[in-house]
Amino acid sequence: MLFYERKGNALVARLSGELDHSAATRLRGELDALIDETGVTRLLLDVSALEFMDSSGIGLVIGRYKRMARRGGSVAVIGSNARIDRIFNMAGLYSLVERMS
Amino acid sequence: MNVEWINEMRLEFSSLAENEAFARLAVSGFLLPLDPTMEALADIRTAVSEAVTNAIVHAYPNGKGMVRVLGRYDRDGTVIIDVADDGKGIEDVQRARQPFFTTGGEERSGMGFTVMESFMDGVDVRSAPGQGTAVRLTKRLLSRDDSLPRRA
Repeated sequence: MLFYERKGNALVARLSGELDHSAATRLRGELDALIDETGVTRLLLDVSALEFMDSSGIGLVIGRYKRMARRGGSVAVIGSNARIDRIFNMAGLYSLVERMS
Repeated sequence: MNVEWINEMRLEFSSLAENEAFARLAVSGFLLPLDPTMEALADIRTAVSEAVTNAIVHAYPNGKGMVRVLGRYDRDGTVIIDVADDGKGIEDVQRARQPFFTTGGEERSGMGFTVMESFMDGVDVRSAPGQGTAVRLTKRLLSRDDSLPRRA
């Protein structure tokens, strides 16, 4: 599930439920459509309501990072827990994407 | 090794992405009698998700096939989950296990095996081109109060 709101130049996207390969495939399309429609330069991915995430989350975030970087924008992850951080850190994700609490 | 499995299960489903959640749920339910910690259960769910996703994404490039999940545990809380397919197999298992290695395209991070290795005590992969792939995930659950056997 995806809830979103626009705050100025930023899009806040709140992910919930289980982020696996199946969900990531859907979310990718939804997020990219939102990014393109709104033309924002900052994407804030709120993961605090996720009940599950596997390595599909890495691909989803890095994919959005690349898309935002191409337009000179940036991505941040908000509200990650220890388990999500552990998975993101395996891929060195926080060297590309800001981690906000 | 003489192990007496006190519970075993076998699950077979089509290689469809919507079955990833089903596989996690089934394995969670199967392990419930062991009364695992939330942490241990999440570790296993995550590793199973990675192995099942690999099978679904890679095994059958020309259509869909079946994915099998076999689970078992013994009285001491050793859990083994096998995830197997009859698909195209992996040419170079060593290489496939390297972080960031992927043939998946579509935003696969190549971190699946790294995640499995991080969350489980053992990850064994048997595969050959055209021979399918079998991933064995092993985890020893720690007893919370040493009063084994558990409710199982």
